[in-house]
Amino acid sequence: MTNHWNDIGNSDCVLVMGSNAADNHPISFKWINKAKEKGATLISVDPRFTRTSSKADFYTALRSGTDIAFLGGMINYIIEQKLYHEEYLAYYTNASFILGPKYGFSDGLFSGYNPKTRTYDKSYWAFEVDSEGIPKRDHSLKNPRCVFQQLKKHFSRYTYDKVSEITGTPKEDLRKVYEMYGSTGTPDRVGTIMYAMGWTQHTVGVQNIRTMSIIQLLLGNIGMAGGGVNALRGESNVQGSTDHCLLWHIWPGYLKTPRASDTSLEVYNKKYTPVTHDPLSANWWGNYPKYSVSFLKSMFGDAAQPWNEFGYQWLPKADNGKNYSWLYLFDAMYNGDFTGFFAWGQNPACSGANAGKNREALGKLDWMVNVNLFDNETGSFWRGPGVDPKTIKTEVFFLPCAASMEKEGSITNSGRWMQWRYKAAEPPGDARPDGDMMMELFTKIRELYQKEPGAFPEPIKNLKWDYTTNGKFDSHKMAKEINGYFQKDVTIKGKTYKAGSLVPSFAFLQADGTTSSANWLYCNSYTEKGNMGARRNTVDKSGIGLYSGWSWCWPVNRRIIYNRASVDRYGNPWNAKRPVISWNGEKWVGDVPDGGWPRPGLADGPFPEHYEPLECPIPNNPMSSQFINPIVQVFEGAADFRATCDPRYPIVASTYRVTVHWQTGCMTRNQPWLLEAMPQMFCEMSEELAELRGIKNGEKVIVESARGKVWAVAIVTKRFRPFKVAGTTVHQVGMPWCFGWFTPKNGGDSSNLLTPSVGDPNTVIPETKAVMVNVRKA
Amino acid sequence: MAGKTFFIDTTKCTACRGCQVACKQWNQLPATKTFNWGSFQNPADLSFSTFKLVRFREVMSGGKLHWYFFPDQCRHCLEPPCKDTAEGYVQGAIIIDEPSGAVIYTAKTRELSFDAFEEVRQSCPYNIPRRNAATGLVSKCTMCIDRVQNGLLPACVKVCPTGTMNFGDRDIMVDMANTRVEELKKKGYKKAQLLDASSIRTIFLVVDDPMIYYKFAVAQNDVGISRKLALRKLFRPAAGLITGMTK
Repeated sequence: MTNHWNDIGNSDCVLVMGSNAADNHPISFKWINKAKEKGATLISVDPRFTRTSSKADFYTALRSGTDIAFLGGMINYIIEQKLYHEEYLAYYTNASFILGPKYGFSDGLFSGYNPKTRTYDKSYWAFEVDSEGIPKRDHSLKNPRCVFQQLKKHFSRYTYDKVSEITGTPKEDLRKVYEMYGSTGTPDRVGTIMYAMGWTQHTVGVQNIRTMSIIQLLLGNIGMAGGGVNALRGESNVQGSTDHCLLWHIWPGYLKTPRASDTSLEVYNKKYTPVTHDPLSANWWGNYPKYSVSFLKSMFGDAAQPWNEFGYQWLPKADNGKNYSWLYLFDAMYNGDFTGFFAWGQNPACSGANAGKNREALGKLDWMVNVNLFDNETGSFWRGPGVDPKTIKTEVFFLPCAASMEKEGSITNSGRWMQWRYKAAEPPGDARPDGDMMMELFTKIRELYQKEPGAFPEPIKNLKWDYTTNGKFDSHKMAKEINGYFQKDVTIKGKTYKAGSLVPSFAFLQADGTTSSANWLYCNSYTEKGNMGARRNTVDKSGIGLYSGWSWCWPVNRRIIYNRASVDRYGNPWNAKRPVISWNGEKWVGDVPDGGWPRPGLADGPFPEHYEPLECPIPNNPMSSQFINPIVQVFEGAADFRATCDPRYPIVASTYRVTVHWQTGCMTRNQPWLLEAMPQMFCEMSEELAELRGIKNGEKVIVESARGKVWAVAIVTKRFRPFKVAGTTVHQVGMPWCFGWFTPKNGGDSSNLLTPSVGDPNTVIPETKAVMVNVRKA
Repeated sequence: MAGKTFFIDTTKCTACRGCQVACKQWNQLPATKTFNWGSFQNPADLSFSTFKLVRFREVMSGGKLHWYFFPDQCRHCLEPPCKDTAEGYVQGAIIIDEPSGAVIYTAKTRELSFDAFEEVRQSCPYNIPRRNAATGLVSKCTMCIDRVQNGLLPACVKVCPTGTMNFGDRDIMVDMANTRVEELKKKGYKKAQLLDASSIRTIFLVVDDPMIYYKFAVAQNDVGISRKLALRKLFRPAAGLITGMTK
């Protein structure tokens, strides 16, 4: 979230799209209700009428996978009707930048496309620069090559007719949504977007979000109280785990994972430190070496020295051009490319797209360690449906771990608030906190290296590993390490900071090894003033619910990011009723002020463009002859089937969650009270489809795709309606993915047995929201 | 009127069912065996071990699709017919906690005969009482009396994230409910109304015909009062005396 949960209450118009917040983020409705009490409008756009839709002032449906078309039409409407915030657009966005002569777009493809590698050369989309290297701008936004004029041209193709043909949404409904949301372009009105996996889990996932970001910038809604672009994260701590580099392609704080060609720390730092000649550019990433060196100091402590590149060579490098994300890892496991696997706090036999492939892949391993609260479909894959245990060679170990309330530490919520949590109870039986297990695991590995020196022992030998107290993992020690320490007495701006004291904020981090910080983004979270995440001050001085003394928020406790855009060029708030910051003539007051920085285009184009999902019900893309995202990477292995416009699988399907089950349900399917409330796999379908297939409400059905099949109980409902898409009737169904064969008996299995292993080209998040299936009576 | 009252604003309910689960947790009620019967609503009905249940109803009304949620529970009537009926058979089986006004079913409910319980059940205008066939005990929402007597909110109210479930002194709740009805009427909800507000301590606010939400959303008097009870109500002052004599 650029903003935070409470801030939704400040909005005048809440658009929930790509999310079913009522089901999946129940607490958000506390704030939506607050906004509504003050007169805000709630709009719900979803293929299915959901519990969120039931609370909306206006609801309409779209076919899964057509969000760019829907929103593209909104961009067209906002520009045509001149509803955009012109000053904001001209001065706070790159709308005024002039595109270079190589930029072009024709029949669904941008310039610079290489069909052999299915990639773009982004240099084709570069801005024109002056002799100083500063991008040329036209603040009048009239230059035909400026971003605004090109944007206008690009989206003028998204007419009501085209959009309705693709999405299946009636034109009248499109107009209503555009009108309601477009009304937030005036400075006194603010609109917010709440989205989740309904936007990300597509082969155009990132571009879905970018389309909405463009709308928010056109309307001047970013940086404002009650505005922003708000990702409702899929787990309570998914924000924290991403910040701390759960994903392969980043180091903590979104530093880059080095590639094999980054042969030295100098090469690495140079490559990722942007240079600007613009005196007005804040160029915050210009500090990159301070963050990377402080991270290395934190990893290797005293062993990290200037002469050994602070241990840079001891960290793994990713092969150039290779992707190590989930789908690729499971493809490699399926192909037998590695032999050992820690399934730590996850359940890939149910959670991963194309789960049948994942289950087969687990059988190719020599060993697997399953760390979880309960045994699950992953740990017991060798005795799953259709598996003969005698044919499985994988040795499986199960380590029971403590649940979140059985250990101390922080979680970072969707609003970027790092909130400290205390331990409520001791873990039962042999269950232990994950931190304890990791501490012991690494200590044992290091002992082995000491006994019998193996290849390349330096990283193991030199790792700083002092996070225990009395032999147990100490989350306070870890939190302080994340914040960072001065390594020597350092004098900055006339003030001396003692060696061993905590660094006050990332502005103090150094590139010479005199500071450490395991995550520069969290530098300021645990200082000499104490554990900021544990703060519980309930006073709100801002009047807009910032609660700056409650917990701590990255970066540097800034609650609304990009908030410099909430005021005009002279520092006066656009909206005096809800000021985030303001310039009082001497200094900024309010939230911690923040500017913005230009970013390069995404992998799949400088402007979003509608492409069909990998599997879809129509034979042509009405926008162009580019059928699917031109740079999507498709696996071609034995377990990767797909079926588009296949008469055997004529129905669009989506997977989703329900309130009472968490993720694959590994925890919640073991809670009798939750299981009672949602006991079995179901498939929601329209009355029209049910009649067509002779299915009655409550009957068992089989749902099958090119990859697998599951049984489900039919919920026949008015909340799904057939779509008119490109002249034909398209049906859509939906299923939760929280069930699995292991428990309860007769609960059903995972709907991910149906979904394909294909992902967004930027993130490789799988496309589980738009797949093709068939439904028939069991 | 003193005592406590629930105000349940269904316009804010998203059917997260936190109330339903929190009720089970606080009251340590076992889960019942359920199956998906083509609905999000589960268990399908109230039972001896389910005091609180969010009922789901999807319906076309006023030319629009609606999905209404109704977090059903005992209404804690100001003059509970179930108590009147039970007193005809077993004194103290159903009592009122005076400070809160909570209607409480005691262990003596097990002394009610099969027919007597049936009469108690039928006398409830909201179809609430449920009996455990094995022990004979009768149960329903307790207003979390053990929490309320210790200054805590009922579990269902404490857990509610949306502002649907409210609880407090009766006059404050009635004010809150009336204010909200006015607010909704101004917003164009012409059918915004409180259900049976003057006679019960669980006041629901709905914005459509109550019967669309649930058959027993408002008192069903034809089911509620048997001939025997009607007679007893008629001779109420003597009711205790008569029972006393038959003992």
